[in-house]
Amino acid sequence: MLGKLTIDALPFYSGIAMGGALIVVFAVLGVVALVTWLGQWRYLWTEWLTSLDHKRIGVMYVTLALLMLVRGFIDALMMRTQQAVALNSDGYLPPGHFDQIFTSHATIMVFFVAIPFLVGLFNVVVPQQIGARRLAFPFMNSACLWLTAAGAALVMISLVIGKFSTAGWNAYPPYSEAQFNPDVGVDYWIWAVLLSAIGSMLTGINFLVTIVKRRAPGMRLMMMPLFTWATLCTNILMVFAFPSLIVAAALLGLDRYLGMHFFTDGDGGNVMNYVSLFWIWGHPDVYILILPAFGVYSEVVATFSGRRIFGYESLVYSTAAITVLSLVVWLHHFLTMGAGSDVNAFFGRAAPLIAVPTAVTIFGWLFTMYRGRVQFTVPMLFTLGFIVTFVIGGMTGALLAVVPVDIHDTTFLVAHFHNLLIPGALFGYFAGYQYWFPKAFGFRLEEKWGRRAFWAWIVGFCLAFIPLYILGFMGMPQRLNRYYDPGWQPYLIVAECGALFILCGIIFLAVQLAASIRNRAALAVPTGDPWDGRTLEWATASPPAAYNFAVVPHVHGIDPWWAMKQAGATAPRPARFHDIIMPDNSSAGVVLGAMSFVFAFAMIWQIWWLAAVGALGIFAAVLSQTFRDHAEHRIPASEVEAIESRRILAPALVSGAPT
Amino acid sequence: MAAPPRLSKMPISPRRRQSTIKGYLVGVVLALVLTAIPFGLVATRALRPIQIFVVIGIAAIAQAVVHLRYFLHLDLKPSSQNKLIALCFAGVVLFILFGGTLWIMFNLNYRKM
Ligand code: HEM
Ligand SMILES: [Cu+2]
Repeated sequence: MLGKLTIDALPFYSGIAMGGALIVVFAVLGVVALVTWLGQWRYLWTEWLTSLDHKRIGVMYVTLALLMLVRGFIDALMMRTQQAVALNSDGYLPPGHFDQIFTSHATIMVFFVAIPFLVGLFNVVVPQQIGARRLAFPFMNSACLWLTAAGAALVMISLVIGKFSTAGWNAYPPYSEAQFNPDVGVDYWIWAVLLSAIGSMLTGINFLVTIVKRRAPGMRLMMMPLFTWATLCTNILMVFAFPSLIVAAALLGLDRYLGMHFFTDGDGGNVMNYVSLFWIWGHPDVYILILPAFGVYSEVVATFSGRRIFGYESLVYSTAAITVLSLVVWLHHFLTMGAGSDVNAFFGRAAPLIAVPTAVTIFGWLFTMYRGRVQFTVPMLFTLGFIVTFVIGGMTGALLAVVPVDIHDTTFLVAHFHNLLIPGALFGYFAGYQYWFPKAFGFRLEEKWGRRAFWAWIVGFCLAFIPLYILGFMGMPQRLNRYYDPGWQPYLIVAECGALFILCGIIFLAVQLAASIRNRAALAVPTGDPWDGRTLEWATASPPAAYNFAVVPHVHGIDPWWAMKQAGATAPRPARFHDIIMPDNSSAGVVLGAMSFVFAFAMIWQIWWLAAVGALGIFAAVLSQTFRDHAEHRIPASEVEAIESRRILAPALVSGAPT
Repeated sequence: MAAPPRLSKMPISPRRRQSTIKGYLVGVVLALVLTAIPFGLVATRALRPIQIFVVIGIAAIAQAVVHLRYFLHLDLKPSSQNKLIALCFAGVVLFILFGGTLWIMFNLNYRKM
């Protein structure tokens, strides 16, 4: 009746696991109680959960990412604490539990923090940057959000019911096969990754089509803002990379569920095939996470230097070059796995090539700043913090590519990829969050707490990861639960302090949000253009109307909004308004996500009847949306006019943004 | 807002609708046949393994073409330049991915023995 699910799945075996489970349960109950107490269920359902408005969907994505960031960070803090104390002792985490934590930390950070964060930014910004009123496939967008949320919910529920995978974030077979890992942990990993990966692939298609097909008249490819370019390249990578991960995870699932032999040790299976499939996704994925951050930095640098980005074309070509190169060099992950020397020689040299376009990009930003008057706002601080730390990361990457140096699989590697992923990706998302927050909500975020958050993050990052570089040279392997070398402990304690600084950084971000909401009247941006922006997203109201642009603008060059302001024009106001057709809300996306969750949960615990229910539910949700005849509504011209005349227009030339 | 005004759906002429339905049906049948062949070969082992591999590979490529042609309505008419660029790019990337995979797999195999 309940498959493998028994009372033993509840975490009575360990106080720490029980604590985690209780926190999750009480957090969910707390949110439910709060919404009920405020009587906001109807509002939440009609205005947000079922919305097909890309701005709302974007906000929900970013909310998901920030919530999961807290969870992923708690995992990291637990690992740091364990390693700080586990000299010649067991510390406080048994090995199995430690393994679960590094697996869930990485899975969460990659699939449920970084991806939702960047997709959220795409959603809020890209359609407005290209002068579009909506995405190409609004319903698919909502479906992707809820698929991702369902995947995140699976990882969260694994804290309460059963255990998560211990096989690392890449779940390499044969260890992840049923033979060595008969429990549900790896199944949790497989299904969470599948749901999220399917969502990401479809999102890639959605934005690719939107950017190709729905640009404002006159906007040629070479006039698109750099964030849109970054998005386009990211989407291409998503479309090509994610299918590979989906196939790898699905085949691993077939091995586990149906006893097949794709990746088993014997019977014709080949482990290396999994490794190859995984990195065909995994290597581009690093750039999927980094390119959007680069896009944000470009926008931030141009805006806060008050001038056009230096070398627009070369930045575009660099982005494209990074895209193509990153699809080619995945095999360098075989460097340590005994590939022949010709394979190694090719990929050992190909990988550092990526440094060239990266350097071009960074010099583009530096020259822009050099020639402009830089305002040190919070987004700008994150950008500068990134540039400084990334140079360190780049140099260490070059060290790693020198094959014979034996620092692979040590904490050097851990420090290296965190150097890519925290300043290289997360800081960019933070910068974007600070920069476009007034766009989405109509008021700015507090500067004071933003600065404090920045300093806490950057100091914490350096303290937490520079010791790991050193430990790597001293030979400390990654994923270590206990150790016997007293020389390592001081460094690990410093790293623990770094993690505590980062904790402060996260708390300051929360304080900043709360303080800004409280002071929203003082921080309001009535003109909608708080930073004296350059690109089209600042031409709409903040927060934008459902249709973004009452009149779709004509574009004649890069930085069209800047050009309009220079020409003395404000937001274009036509003689006559027209009706606008927009997609209706739909509950099918939420149902689809909920049913995928039910289906995946049932598959994990092998509750076959429930899986059938879930599968039917998914089918019904898709079918109902497909056969909806009138999925759009018309906003009459009079209503558009009413909305637009309520808007306070930006003065023709805004001089100097508030600092 | 009061009951939203209705929108007329895209008019589809009866002839066009019929032809698309026929196209989809042809596509489904072809896809099924192309799926049945590899499974049949593996189940019956009618050929030598290396031959089966080749047939499976050809069936897979044909399968992809059928999907593109009948379900995604891609054709090689010059009218759709975007499509052509996308297709060429996809071709190159797939070539790199498949070629690279085969290269590394045989390379590893060779060194294992
Ligand atoms: C916020 C601060 C963060 C801290 C303090 C932190 C800390 C850690 C620690 C202690 C480990 C285990 C290292 C070991 O194996 O010895 C780890 C692993 C990892 N982290 Fe982070 N991390 C952070 C953020 C991130 C972010 C933002 C990402 C990705 C976007 C990420 C991705 C990973 C990955 C992929 C692993 C490897 C897990 C494995 O071995 O399977 N981390 N992190
Ligand atoms: Cu790589």
